[in-house]
Amino acid sequence: MTTVNINGVDTALDGPEDTTLLWAIRDIAGLTGTKFGCGAGLCGACTIHVDGVAVRSCQATVGEVAGKKVTTIEGLSADGDHPVQVAWRDINVPQCGFCQAGQIMQAASLLNENPNPSDQEILEGMEGNICRCGCYERITAAVKQASTGI
Amino acid sequence: MLHFLEEAIKAAPKKAVEKLIVAKASRRDFLAGATAAFAIGAYATNADAFARYKTGGDFMPGGVKYDPHTFISIAEDGQVTIVAHRSEMGTGSRTTLPMVVADEMGADWDRVTIVQAEGDEAKYGNQNTDGSRSLRHHIQSMRQMGASVSHMLAAAAAAKWGVDVSTVKVGVHEVTSGSNKAGFGELAADAMKQPVPEFEALSFKDEADFRYIGKGNVSITDLHDITTGKAIYGADVSLPGMKFAAIARPPVVGSSPLKYDASEAWATPGVENVMGLRITGLASAFSPKGGVAVIASNTDAAIKGRDALNIEWGESPHSGYNSEAFTAEMRATAKEPGQILRAEGDTVAAFAGAAKTFSKEYSQAHMAHAMMEPPVAVANVTNGACEIWAPVQSPGDCRAHVAGALGMDPANVKVNVTLLGGGFGRKSKHDFATEAAMLSKKIGAPVKVQWTREDDIQHSFYHTTSVERIEVALDAEDKVTGWRHNSVAPSILSTFAPDSGHQFFIESGMGHLDMPFEIPNISVENGKAMAHTRIGWFRAVSNIPRAWAIQSFASELAHDLGKDDVDMLMELIGSDRKLDPPNQGFPDNFWDYGEVYDEYPIDTMRLKNVLKLAADKGGWGRDMPEGEGLGIAVHRSFVTYTAACVHVKVVDGQVTVPEVHMAVDCGYAANPERIRSQMEGASVMGMTAALHSGVTFENGAAVEGNYNDYEMVRSTNYPLKTHTHIVEHPFSVHASGVGEPGLPPIPPAIANALFHATGVRKRDLPMGVDV
Ligand code: FES
Ligand code: FES
Repeated sequence: MTTVNINGVDTALDGPEDTTLLWAIRDIAGLTGTKFGCGAGLCGACTIHVDGVAVRSCQATVGEVAGKKVTTIEGLSADGDHPVQVAWRDINVPQCGFCQAGQIMQAASLLNENPNPSDQEILEGMEGNICRCGCYERITAAVKQASTGI
Repeated sequence: MLHFLEEAIKAAPKKAVEKLIVAKASRRDFLAGATAAFAIGAYATNADAFARYKTGGDFMPGGVKYDPHTFISIAEDGQVTIVAHRSEMGTGSRTTLPMVVADEMGADWDRVTIVQAEGDEAKYGNQNTDGSRSLRHHIQSMRQMGASVSHMLAAAAAAKWGVDVSTVKVGVHEVTSGSNKAGFGELAADAMKQPVPEFEALSFKDEADFRYIGKGNVSITDLHDITTGKAIYGADVSLPGMKFAAIARPPVVGSSPLKYDASEAWATPGVENVMGLRITGLASAFSPKGGVAVIASNTDAAIKGRDALNIEWGESPHSGYNSEAFTAEMRATAKEPGQILRAEGDTVAAFAGAAKTFSKEYSQAHMAHAMMEPPVAVANVTNGACEIWAPVQSPGDCRAHVAGALGMDPANVKVNVTLLGGGFGRKSKHDFATEAAMLSKKIGAPVKVQWTREDDIQHSFYHTTSVERIEVALDAEDKVTGWRHNSVAPSILSTFAPDSGHQFFIESGMGHLDMPFEIPNISVENGKAMAHTRIGWFRAVSNIPRAWAIQSFASELAHDLGKDDVDMLMELIGSDRKLDPPNQGFPDNFWDYGEVYDEYPIDTMRLKNVLKLAADKGGWGRDMPEGEGLGIAVHRSFVTYTAACVHVKVVDGQVTVPEVHMAVDCGYAANPERIRSQMEGASVMGMTAALHSGVTFENGAAVEGNYNDYEMVRSTNYPLKTHTHIVEHPFSVHASGVGEPGLPPIPPAIANALFHATGVRKRDLPMGVDV
């Protein structure tokens, strides 16, 4: 059993330390906003924050985040009003929506590190997140809006 | 699709003909006036606001339902609940259809809650979310039910106030008559007891009075939940005592484990059980492939345990399937005459007398759908009943098939539809739900079956692989006098019935038979190709290889003749007309997407119009810098017309797409905002299909397995700007769907643009990102 701080709550996660963090978050902690898309660090659907930085939870283990602060989409903001989430809704980004939690977590981390990214920095910063539905144009616009307010 | 397949199989080889007779009989009845079959308002005209028209929805299982009590309820506090009966996989139908109801009934969208229907086609009508049909088949019933409730509210108010109903007005979520005024909630109980008016007794809103329909001002209903992680997809369902399963499926369809060693799987912490599932071969419809299942206390343990299985797989009749050799075989077949499906004029004479001929061949590899959410399902089998929670496109079919697999009465199977994290045709096949049901029955506990990405790509129902060969005869004036198009591709039918190696009427109807060019002598042919993996359907289906071939060919022909691509297409399409299938050599079983042809004819004027629109908006004809080019393609699919004008720019030896102009004519545009999102998505998926999507087979097994070798377009190289130009129509021009039609023109438009940019011609999909 490992105790991990998830969204501000110390959470006891049963099972071995090498349990994949994504599945521990989903199946053990019961937070299902974080998605499984590839299990190989290739799609970004499982993106969470560890101590504020975007991490692919399918590539991390429970043991690696013991004692750290994990934030999932459910904990990104109290009322769902993080500027990235607001921009996402203003621009009607999602189609099926399945990739969007990961996209939003990636974007929030990107803007945390670089509050005013250039267009190219946005494209490069979001490269690890696949959207099979093809919302990239709106994703890019939403990240820009969240960073500039326009 | 499934419904038509079942029709095709039931009575093969006569099935298609029978189907047509049914269609014709219905149509005659219909034209003769309303009959019992269409008791609710077949073609009753209702001023000009809403003239009813016939759709193929009436021929689908469950048909179309019109009872507002099934779909609409109003609470005392005025909250309106509307049922979404179609699955939501990203097209927006879960929002758009209820939005139509809300507008017509006068509901305030902010006071509407949407609930998802379980799979019950007898109750809700057809739920098979496939074929770009949701709007096409259900927009009329949604308007009618909305108007019905509006009338019922008015009638209840009139009774309550003792006034004549003609004095009652239904406004936004309130009803008035003179100084009387009541909210929907106050009137709800009485209103829902009013008789449901016949269509003829209804009056409908004028289009000018719509507040949501046609406006694009309504966001998808799940937007907030999606952006906050609360939206529930298949894997997000959890039941008390639920177990988690991952399955090792045969890499070659039909092969069985010769022996397997599960000791390492058993040793994986969290693994609780290992069990075999019956192996099936081709022609097993949506039955699971079988294999070895590992049951565990969480998904991680199930996947790790599954990966620790040591299985020696035996041979199968399909172990010799190799993509390279198979494509060579298809190429050879394509060069020979095929079965003639459509013969117009005298093609033999046209070629014999030709001043010259010109032929090209285009191929496509298999594709897997790779929707972001891999297949997943939860099942709970208890006491002779089964409940499923799954992201399925066709819950009604899922219910029937799960019942069959478990030997249960479908009445005892309940299918709850979650959101779909993408579908694209893969989730029409509910093998994953059946797997969960079978395992739950075996272990006596709820089970979630989770597919990994590798499972998804290696055990798909694949988009077929194909070679399309086109040959034209030209006279001395360079006019095309003869057209021969031989399509060679394993058929979807092989998944459902013993394989004949030939395609069936649905596949032929998707851009092959219905080729719209005005050429006097036409031979549409199909060469034999046997299936060696499970063939399914993928967004836009056979339209992808057909548009790829025909639209690339038109550009190549233009180049050969020294003509402009758009001029060439306009010349080939020819005069403004509606194709006349019976008199143009079409077979009797020509399939116009399941519609009555006269309601959705192939209209060359609309086709040319979207071509011109895309060309104009895309700046066709302008000079392009070195290494840049424009390409164009136009195609009709699912009775919608689309054209794409694509700007390609070669950067560091790689294809990039700075801009796409999509023109779309989908009849009346009910939700322009979601039409745009579908065109943007199609632009991206089209670029992925053009550059990347190929599943190849070696010794019967799929080689690719994840997004590293089955690549997707990403943020660093996607169509940077997709402009959508929607042809405006009144409601009388029948609304059609947009989920699929955006895709087919993109790959050929990219190839044509690349040719204009570089002189390099690509004829095989995927063409790769490197020039
Ligand atoms: S699921 Fe983790 S990167 Fe795809
Ligand atoms: S919205 Fe469907 S994968 Fe991104």
